[in-house]
Amino acid sequence: MNLPAIQAIYKFEMNRFWRTALQSIVAPVVSTSLYFVVFGAAIGKQSQMIDGVPYGAFIVPGLMMLSLLTQSIANASFGIYFPRFSGTIYELLSAPVSPFDIVLGYVGAAATKSILIALIILGTAAFLVPLRIDHPIAMLLFLILTAVTFSLFGFVIGLWADGFEKLQLVPLLIVTPLTFLGGSFYSIDVLPTFWWVVSHANPVVYLISAFRWAFFSKGDVGVAISMGMAALFLALCLGAVTWMFKTGYRLKS
Amino acid sequence: MQPIITISGLSKTYASGLAALKDVNLEIRRGEIFALLGPNGAGKSTLINIVCGIVTPSTGTITVDGHDITNDYRAARSLIGLVPQELTTDAFEKVFNTVSFSRGLFGLGKNPAHIERVLKDLSLWEKRDSRIMQLSGGMKRRVLIAKALSHEPKILFLDEPTAGVDVELRQDMWRMVRRLRDSGVTVILTTHYIEEAEEMADRVGVIRKGELVLVEEKAELMRKLGKKQLTLHLPEPLAAIPEDLADHHLELAKNGSELIYTYDTRGGRTGITGLLTDLAAAGIRFQDIDTSQSSLEEIFVDLVRDAA
Repeated sequence: MNLPAIQAIYKFEMNRFWRTALQSIVAPVVSTSLYFVVFGAAIGKQSQMIDGVPYGAFIVPGLMMLSLLTQSIANASFGIYFPRFSGTIYELLSAPVSPFDIVLGYVGAAATKSILIALIILGTAAFLVPLRIDHPIAMLLFLILTAVTFSLFGFVIGLWADGFEKLQLVPLLIVTPLTFLGGSFYSIDVLPTFWWVVSHANPVVYLISAFRWAFFSKGDVGVAISMGMAALFLALCLGAVTWMFKTGYRLKS
Repeated sequence: MQPIITISGLSKTYASGLAALKDVNLEIRRGEIFALLGPNGAGKSTLINIVCGIVTPSTGTITVDGHDITNDYRAARSLIGLVPQELTTDAFEKVFNTVSFSRGLFGLGKNPAHIERVLKDLSLWEKRDSRIMQLSGGMKRRVLIAKALSHEPKILFLDEPTAGVDVELRQDMWRMVRRLRDSGVTVILTTHYIEEAEEMADRVGVIRKGELVLVEEKAELMRKLGKKQLTLHLPEPLAAIPEDLADHHLELAKNGSELIYTYDTRGGRTGITGLLTDLAAAGIRFQDIDTSQSSLEEIFVDLVRDAA
């Protein structure tokens, strides 16, 4: 393992994050606060408690997960796509680094950024709604697991994309809808039977459910099943990245 | 002495079917400046990119200081610094940071003193806190060189290092390359500028359509393939070359006031004695005489034309 190289990539990516702090931190915090205002305050006031949790607090894990997924994907995909686009990828490819070193640097930085944003959202929410976290360690572990998994997914997208449009395609057309339909703002138990069954095909349901369980000890799906699904997705992303580096897909001609 | 780079049976065919390199065999000697010449699309950059790990070879093996570039890539790549042809930089990064980043990528710890030395050598120290996008093209080229030197490589690849840079910077680079060679660094450069190879290289390789058509000591190449010209300055201009001198294939220049005789230095007999005798017999006198040798550029053009 080339530790100085991993550190160099990690630091380079984190510098980019701080350099664009307004875009990286303020924008997601503002947009999430707006969700609280619209869903939590405007709609939530008229809503019942859900599973004994006030609606404003109920949506916090979902909102955190929404940001975590989109930010992990956006940071990791841009992180590796931009050197490909600008041509500076030559330096990575000619350096004495293994694919593992590269992934660790980029995915580590992307996961760190999205976790920071999720925690900022949590801090913002704590000012706006009454919050409790029943299983803080599980919450943190799940936060890290999800951030790493989706950063890997973002890394795959960053390697696959051959234009900025494609870079946005998967997050906008697949991940965001799946997150909105994955129980971010409601419990899937309130859905009619048909849609309840369909929802179980949505992998994000499992992520949000387990995350919500860490907060309120209640989830739509069993925690073990959720963890299993997250681990499966992690394994799939790892497999895809390994294959891409092994074959040089979109990296080497 | 064991060569620092050994390339054996190297071929590269891209997915498009383009055969960029065909069975290239080459040894680069330790501490030399090797110039790789060739027209656009000849395969120069492909060759460099394969050695550096950016392009995957189709067949063949390459060792760098005894390390196979595939099986022992970490050891091989850690010896190499690459300055790419394109000005590919992180536009938003500061000069000092981007050069330090390169050192880290090559597995070395921080060494601000070395980075300072490299930046000063390349007249970049004053710009260390500038963002790269604020620099001129020439300065960006220097940054790329600084990045390649950040990890103190034993081998430096310069892919068209002076493309698009002004004369002053070009001469600065030549001086820098010589200093590196003097410190023991092996330099491999590709160039379109023949005078660059002529000025700096110890050996020259000519590549054409993916084939290495020639590898030779520069001086030897110029001696073997160089043509010389003998120019006779005439006091009385000639209207035409007399038929008696036709065998010498002379040319008239400057409105008949110069007679030019081209001869091959490879031949044991230059034909000069016979020419002078025939000139005297024809009653042609001359008031001055000089000779000139063909440049590497002329040799290169001849080589590429011959291979076409």
